[in-house]
Amino acid sequence: MLHPRVIPCLLMRNGGLVKTVKFKNPRYVGDPINAVRIFNEKEVDELVFLDIGSAGTRAAPDFDLLADIASEAFMPFSYGGGITSIGHVKQLYALGVEKVVLNTAAAGQPRLVSEAAALAGSSGVVVSMDVRRNWLGSYTVCVAGGTRDLKREPAGYALDMEELGAGEILLNAIDRDGTRSGYDLELVRRVSEAVSIPVVAAGGAGELRHFRDATDAGASGLAAGSMFVFHGKHDAVLITYPEYEELDRVFK
Amino acid sequence: MISVIDYGVCNLGSMLNMLRKVGVEAQLVSTPPELERADKLVLPGVGAFDNGIGALRERGLAATLRKRVLHDKVPLLGVCLGMQMLGRRSEEGGTEGLGLIDAEVRRFRFAPDSRKKVPHMGWNLLAPRRDAPLLRELAARSRFYFCHSYHLVCADPGDVVATADYGGEFVAMLQHDNVYGVQFHPEKSHRFGMALLHNFAEL
Repeated sequence: MLHPRVIPCLLMRNGGLVKTVKFKNPRYVGDPINAVRIFNEKEVDELVFLDIGSAGTRAAPDFDLLADIASEAFMPFSYGGGITSIGHVKQLYALGVEKVVLNTAAAGQPRLVSEAAALAGSSGVVVSMDVRRNWLGSYTVCVAGGTRDLKREPAGYALDMEELGAGEILLNAIDRDGTRSGYDLELVRRVSEAVSIPVVAAGGAGELRHFRDATDAGASGLAAGSMFVFHGKHDAVLITYPEYEELDRVFK
Repeated sequence: MISVIDYGVCNLGSMLNMLRKVGVEAQLVSTPPELERADKLVLPGVGAFDNGIGALRERGLAATLRKRVLHDKVPLLGVCLGMQMLGRRSEEGGTEGLGLIDAEVRRFRFAPDSRKKVPHMGWNLLAPRRDAPLLRELAARSRFYFCHSYHLVCADPGDVVATADYGGEFVAMLQHDNVYGVQFHPEKSHRFGMALLHNFAEL
């Protein structure tokens, strides 16, 4: 296989793209369709869109917008946010979403993970886990945009999700989100060791070497947000993605 | 016109989106009479082998598909599970495959200490084994997106068009007469996949 997947993870809110810091202070960074076109040109490995506006509000996915995005996404495309029923899942697959990302719903109605996996195979089902690290250094899984603590330890939770039928774990470190200070490698290690499905690390990517650090810790894929939408010391909005050869060198 | 077989179990949106992008007319077909009228077929697939074959049979599509391909020589492109279903059988289940290719489906197996995960999920290069129309004018180092836990093993090495490597070589592309198969997802592989689908459309 070529290098591990490097995945822009974009957040949507009210139809626009935003970027958060530690799951707070969403800043508008642009139009999703435009972003997909740019990421197409840059031939990214994969794209993840998460609608964070939906968390907690129970608003259904914006299917019209997603159909437009999917019709422009010529790479594997995952979507999460507001998915609460198998009907939503079916609709998303039909419009061209490869993988549905379940987070709050996976915790609240775990059967949905199994139903989705039965529909399209495990590889079409990603369980996203938002993990907070407390001041004692212990980890806990949160849902609803990081606002509700499940009081579950991440490795055991991930294993439960694998057994339910998840084909992949998207592992978000809330405390690293938007900080560009590097992934939470201890968290990546614990969860990757616990499961046999791929783990995609998210939260904290700021430099290319962070990708290598996370794969050394066991990650199969590397998600990044700020790193691919902000540029320069003043954080101007600019969509970027490393050259393929550059990524090859990082993982060599 | 390319007819994409809709047997109710998989993600067809991305295949239609990509064919449109390539500038090919495409439609979904889901009944035997529609299959009878098709002149070029794509069999997509995700999920489990038995489910896929079962869904084709339930809809009465398997027999018609076999007839169109074997008797009428309609070109057929199997994609991912769609390629695996062309084989005779799979380790993944007990159901008989379509038998359009003399091949069996096996699971990836790695040593317990291997860090290789199953599924093989990500981008990979092809190693061409012979000349074939689907490979025409593909750019050097064309890469394709793979996502699978099982792979096809061809009884006749002459059917293998290209292999890829994941802890060992496996069949990434095959062709036997008018039967074509790709283990990867051309519909999700940027300009590389577009080139390949263009080649299929031009056959």
